[in-house]
Amino acid sequence: MAKNVLPSAAAQQAEPEKAKGRRAFWSNLAGIFLRRREASIILVTIALVIYFQASNQNFLTQTNIRTISQFVAATAIIAAGEVMLLICGEIDLSVGSVFALVPFIMYFTNQGGLPLWVGIIFGLLVAAGVGLFNGLITVLLKVPSFITTLGTLFLLNGLTLTISNGFPVLTPQVGALNQVFGNSPYSEIIWAIAIAIIMQIVLSYTRWGLHTVATGGNLLGASESGVNVKRVKIGNFMLCSLFGGFAGTLEAFRITSIDPGAGGAGIMFMAVAGAVIGGTSLMGGLGTIVGAFLGVLVLSILNDGFTLLGVSAFTFDLILGAAILIAMILNVRLQLLREAGRQ
Amino acid sequence: MTESQVPDVILAEHIVKSFGAVIALRDVSLHLMKGEILGLLGDNGAGKSTLIKILTGFIQPDEGRIFVNGEEVKLRSVTHARSLGIETVYQDLALVNELSVYHNMFLKRELILKPLPLLNNGSMREQARQHLEKMRIDIPSVDTVVAKLSGGQRQAIAIARAVYSQAKILLLDEPLAAMGAKEGSRILDLIRNLKATGEVSMIMIAHNYAQVLEICDRVNLLQHGSIALDKRVTDTSLEELNELVMREYRLGATNPQ
Repeated sequence: MAKNVLPSAAAQQAEPEKAKGRRAFWSNLAGIFLRRREASIILVTIALVIYFQASNQNFLTQTNIRTISQFVAATAIIAAGEVMLLICGEIDLSVGSVFALVPFIMYFTNQGGLPLWVGIIFGLLVAAGVGLFNGLITVLLKVPSFITTLGTLFLLNGLTLTISNGFPVLTPQVGALNQVFGNSPYSEIIWAIAIAIIMQIVLSYTRWGLHTVATGGNLLGASESGVNVKRVKIGNFMLCSLFGGFAGTLEAFRITSIDPGAGGAGIMFMAVAGAVIGGTSLMGGLGTIVGAFLGVLVLSILNDGFTLLGVSAFTFDLILGAAILIAMILNVRLQLLREAGRQ
Repeated sequence: MTESQVPDVILAEHIVKSFGAVIALRDVSLHLMKGEILGLLGDNGAGKSTLIKILTGFIQPDEGRIFVNGEEVKLRSVTHARSLGIETVYQDLALVNELSVYHNMFLKRELILKPLPLLNNGSMREQARQHLEKMRIDIPSVDTVVAKLSGGQRQAIAIARAVYSQAKILLLDEPLAAMGAKEGSRILDLIRNLKATGEVSMIMIAHNYAQVLEICDRVNLLQHGSIALDKRVTDTSLEELNELVMREYRLGATNPQ
């Protein structure tokens, strides 16, 4: 490989400037689509929007855009945490159960006489605590995170059903707080976008992000370099769980009721699917928050678009499954192409 | 200057280390003089890696004393050894394929854009570029992800990273293992350039005796957990080294464990 680096660089210098510029333009453009997964997902998104708008004029109405934003928001927030965890080489299956549990913690804290904002904070602390628990079991006791969080998935679901007796409750109303945390029309999606932007900055431009990539990319190497890989993993477990709890809280305020059956494995798998479609590797080391956001957006547009077209929920799962498979096959093919490009 | 006048940067005396019933190091005494390159030879399982891991603070010996720059030390951890200027370039190189060259070089010693907790990528990129240029390491760009580099380039980056962190004693675990002859000779050049600065002393684990004789000042041969030979390369030869190893093989064949 190294042998080729020098001769090709020398050859490029020998080329006339104009031809070099033209070639650089096309190879850059091709490079963007080969390298930047986000670019290809944006293309898919645009194509889907055009298709659905052409088939049904109601697609791009304000009401429907709001509906899509609601589909996207909670899942995208969960996906942001899941991406961090996937990049450092772990996964959290329990995040959907945290999503359902945390609003109940908030509710019961409030019922106990404390202000609602205390309830929100207490709920989020419990969420972070669950993440800490998942992280400690995985990192210190060396149980694979798939198993650890499969356990907490059921455990927390049982806990939620027990404390709620299986019945939904009404979300406490205190006005402004409800509006900020999900009740006003676009508040949820604004939170989701803000979280995506902040987490992308954390991932790309902070020490934490760099160490997260290093931990997932080369666990032994990162620890030999002095990165505290245990802390990185536990921290990302907490982050992921925290976002799960936060998404659940927002949904509770938006829907104005708290359902013990909300979230669950469904929303968790949607978040993971969005992350994977958005280019996050389940092997660790690779992924972007923005990609996952776009991945969730594509899934949500598909969901909403097919609903508008009158396609049944059964068919949607068929299409979702096919979309994941096709996206992954493309991903593997592109990966091979990228590697061929390196030779 | 005669040999006795050059100070030892590392002196290890009577090192013993066992893992359960397995004796990895029986009784090893070894020294490294300032500015020299010591080749550490030995068959698989002779104890080379154990010795390197002890000198790098990764594991602690059962018995024996270690002096660094004349002072006795108990190397508690990798970080402790590092603070004394001992850096190891592991065989796996400890590079992250997914990260760029400059992020790898600054991993765990990142520059930060104060007061914001953001990475100062501009400075890291520039400093990495200058440092690699100074060491005459040839890569397409410091922005390239490590996955795109060849085995030799990766080895060079790993060595450059160790040197950049002010290492005075460099332990190289098979630096020529993962590459062809042409790349290997570039790494040998890099090691030679490093030696020429006079700042860095090195212990190099190797399998290829010809390369060891080419670049090292002195060789130690580890056999069955102790040093079987300690000679300047000018006083030994490929034949002698081969003969010693062949004798071991013959012993092993007639006297299976």
